[in-house]
Amino acid sequence: MTVDTDVRPLVSMRGITIAFPGVLALDGVDFFLRPGEVHSLMGENGAGKSTLIKALTGVYAIDAGTIEVADEERDFASTADAQAAGISTVYQEVNLCANLSVGENVMLGHEPRGFAGISWNAVHREAARHLASLGLDLDTRSPLASHSIAIQQLVAISRAMVLDAKVLILDEPTSSLDRGEVEQLFAVIRSLRDRGVAILFVSHFLEQVYEISDRITVLRNGALIGEYLVEDLPREALVTAMIGRELDELSALSGAAERAIDRTGTPVLSAEGVGRKGVLEPADLDVFEGEVVGIAGLLGSGRTEMVRLLYGADKADAGQISVGGERAKMHAPRHAIDRGIAFSSENRRAEGVVAELSVAENMILGVQAQRGWMRRLSKAEQDAIVAEYMEALGVRPADPTVPIGTLSGGNQQKVLLARWLAMQPRLLILDEPTRGIDVGAKADIQRKVAQLAAEGLSVVFISSELEEVLRITQRLAVLRDRRKIGELDPTEVDLDGLVDYIANAGHTERSATR
Amino acid sequence: MTLLKHRLFWPVAALVTLVVVNVIANPNFAKVTMRDGDLYGNPVTILRESAPLMLVALGMTLVIATRGIDLSVGAVMAVSGAVSLTIIADSPDPGSLGTVTVAIVVAVLVALVLGAWNGFLVSVLGIQPIIATLVLMLAGRGVALLITGGAITTVTSAPYKFLSNGYLILLPVAFFIWVAVVAIVALVERRTALGMLTESVGINPEASRLAGVRSRGIIWAAYMVSGLLAGVAGIINASNTMAADSNNAGYLIELYAILAVVLGGTSLMGGKFSIAGTVIGVLTVTTLDKTIQFFGVPPAQSPVFFAVVVVIVVLVQSPRVHAWGRAASARMRRTPSSGEPPTGPGAASAAKKHEEVAA
Repeated sequence: MTVDTDVRPLVSMRGITIAFPGVLALDGVDFFLRPGEVHSLMGENGAGKSTLIKALTGVYAIDAGTIEVADEERDFASTADAQAAGISTVYQEVNLCANLSVGENVMLGHEPRGFAGISWNAVHREAARHLASLGLDLDTRSPLASHSIAIQQLVAISRAMVLDAKVLILDEPTSSLDRGEVEQLFAVIRSLRDRGVAILFVSHFLEQVYEISDRITVLRNGALIGEYLVEDLPREALVTAMIGRELDELSALSGAAERAIDRTGTPVLSAEGVGRKGVLEPADLDVFEGEVVGIAGLLGSGRTEMVRLLYGADKADAGQISVGGERAKMHAPRHAIDRGIAFSSENRRAEGVVAELSVAENMILGVQAQRGWMRRLSKAEQDAIVAEYMEALGVRPADPTVPIGTLSGGNQQKVLLARWLAMQPRLLILDEPTRGIDVGAKADIQRKVAQLAAEGLSVVFISSELEEVLRITQRLAVLRDRRKIGELDPTEVDLDGLVDYIANAGHTERSATR
Repeated sequence: MTLLKHRLFWPVAALVTLVVVNVIANPNFAKVTMRDGDLYGNPVTILRESAPLMLVALGMTLVIATRGIDLSVGAVMAVSGAVSLTIIADSPDPGSLGTVTVAIVVAVLVALVLGAWNGFLVSVLGIQPIIATLVLMLAGRGVALLITGGAITTVTSAPYKFLSNGYLILLPVAFFIWVAVVAIVALVERRTALGMLTESVGINPEASRLAGVRSRGIIWAAYMVSGLLAGVAGIINASNTMAADSNNAGYLIELYAILAVVLGGTSLMGGKFSIAGTVIGVLTVTTLDKTIQFFGVPPAQSPVFFAVVVVIVVLVQSPRVHAWGRAASARMRRTPSSGEPPTGPGAASAAKKHEEVAA
C-alpha cells in the first residue's frame, strides 16, 4: 500500500497558528491531505489535533497561515463555508437527528422536490441509493435512533456523500464500536478512499490507525513533529514521536502480572451465580485482597453488565454476593459503597463527571455522599483530600476550582479516580478507565492502580485494550455473549492466546448445545 | 472585567437600572419618611410586599436546582391561608397569641404535608415534576374552598395582622421574616453539604446515584421546603388582607416565582443555583410591579408594560446578546483604521474562541 507523494494535495494547510489567551494551541503547523488517502492525525490530548480539525472545518478562525482547498485559498468564517468547500466531519457523538428517519437524515436539506413540495418517495429512493453505494441495506423509513451507533455513523458518512464531500474527517469514530462494526466502517472508508475521497482519521487505537492509514502526521504540544508513510513508522517510533520520551513507564509495570496473590483466605468479593435475565447469564467471580482481576471480552460481551450487577447499579435477579465473607444485598450503589466498593463507570460524561461542579467538588462528592448532607466536610478536610490527589495523580491544570467539564478526558478520569480513592474502598471496580485518554495519563492511571493493588486494594479492571489487561492483572475472567466462559492466568497466556480464547474457547461445546 | 464576569452582575445591573429609571422619572420613588418611629415610603413597601414572592421563589430555586418545577405553590398558599384563618375564625378568642400560634403551626404543617406529597410523586413514583405539581395546583384551590366552605373567611386578630402589617425596628415584620428565612435557607444549603449535593443531582442524576448520593431524599426535601415556604407565604398573604380568598390568594405566583429565579441567574435546566440571585430577581419583579403603579399605567395595559420590561431585562442578561454587543463594538473600533490587515475573519469567531476557552 504505497502512496504517491507526488499527488497534488487536495488540502494544504501551511503555517497554521492559533493562539488562545495564554496558550499557543497551534504553532506554524503544516498539514497536507491528498485525494485517495487515509491520513491519521496523531498526538496526545492537548497536542492540537482537534484545534487543527476545527481550523479546517471553520469552527476556529486561524491567526496566521493559509488553508488551500483544491488549489484555492480559503478563509473559513463558519462551518457552513467549510462544508461548501466540500469538507465534512463525522464525530464520535453522531450529530444527526435521532428522531427522524434514516432517509430524512441522509437527505436533510437536499430533499428532492416534486410539484407538491418534497417528494418523500424520492427522498427515500435517493437515500437508499446513497446508502447502497456504501454497501448498506437499511430501511430508510426506520427511525435513526433504532439503529446502533455504528450504523448511525455510517448514515452520517452517507450524508457527507450527499453533500458531495471531497474531504471526510472522522474524529474518533471507533471508540464505541465493537470489532465487527469497526470492520464494516473500515470497509466503507476504503471504498471511499478508492473513489478519491481524502480521509482524515483520528483515533486513540493504535491498532486501527495501522490497519487503515496510508499516512500519519504527528503533532506534539501544538507543533508539527512530522509526516510519515505508515510503513516507515514502526509503533515504537510513533509512540516516541507522540510523547517525546521513551515510554519506559508502561514496561516498568510488566512485573505486576507475576505478583503472587494469596487466594487461601476469604475473598473480598465473592459472587455466586449472579445474573439478570437478558443481561448476563449467572456467573461466579471471586476477588481476593490485593488482587487485580481483569474482565476481558468484546464490547457487548456482558463485562460492563457484570460489574454493574456486582455494584448494585443494576439489580441482579439471580445469585448472591458476599463481601468479606458476609452476604450482602446489592440493590443500589449505596449498598456497595457502604461495604467499601467503588465503581468507576465506562461512560465518563454521562455517569461520571458532574460537569459544572468544580474539580474539588467532584473529588469529594463520593465521600460527602457517604457522610450524608448534614455532616459537611470541613474546608480543611476538603483541602486535604483535594491536595493529596491533585498531587498524587498529577491533575492538570492544577487548579481545583475550575469546573471539571473544562478538563481534558484524561484529567477528568484522574479526578474521578480520586473521587473513588478518597472513599478508601477495599474493592475498586474500574470500567474502561483508560479509554480515550492520552498515553501519558494512561500510564499514570495504570501505575497508580498497580501501586494501590500492591498495597492491598482489590481491583476489578475492564479494558478493551487486551495488552493493558494482560499487563496489570493477576487473573482474567473472560466473557462472551453475556456469559462467563472461563478464567485465565495472564502469565500463561499472550495476546494472541487471549484473543484466540475470547474468539474460540468453548465454542464447540456451545454450538453442540444449540 | 472580573466584576462583569460575576454571575450576579447582570441581575444586579437590571435591578439598579430599573430603580434609577424610576428615580429619574419621579424622585419621590425613592422617598422614605419617618412616622411614629417607623419608616414609610416606596422602598419600604417594596421590601414588605416582596415577602410572599420571596419565600415562594426561594423554594422554587431549590426545586429548579434539582431539574424540577413546582407549579402548586399558589394553591398551597391558598390552602395555608384558609387553614390558618379558619382556625382563628372558629376559635372563641381570635385575638389571643395562643390561637394565632396554633393556626400558624397547623397551616405550615399542612403546607409541609402538601410539599411532601409533591416530593413523593416526583422522587418515589418518578412522575414528571410539571405534571406531579400540576395535580395539586388544580386540586389545591378546591381543597382551600372546601376548608372555608366556599366563602371568603375574614377575621379580626391583632397578632395575626401584625405579621404582614406590623413593624419591628423601623421596618415591617414581613421584611424581617423573609430576611430570616433567606438567611436560614442559605445557611442550611451552604454550611451543610445539601447545596452541593442538590446541584450534583440536578446536573447529573446518574453520576450522583453511582457516587452514592441519596438523590431521592434530596429531591423530596426540595419539594418539602418549597411547600413549607409556600405555606408561610400564604400566611403572610392572608395577614395582609386578613381574608382567606381561596380563588385569588397566590394566583399565578408560581409563574412570577419562576421568572424571579431565572432573572436571578439560576438555569431552568437545573444544577447550579444562586440564593442571592433569587433575592435580586424577586426585588426586580416587585419593583417592576411598583413601577407600574407609580407610572400610573392603566390596569388594562399593565400586563403589556410588565411584559415589555421583562423582555428587555431578559435580553440584557442574555449571554448571546452580550456576545453580539462585543462583536458590534469590536467592529466599530476596527472600521476607522480600515487599512490595517485583518487579524482574523471577524470578531464574532474570536469572541467564540474566548468563550470556549473560558468555558
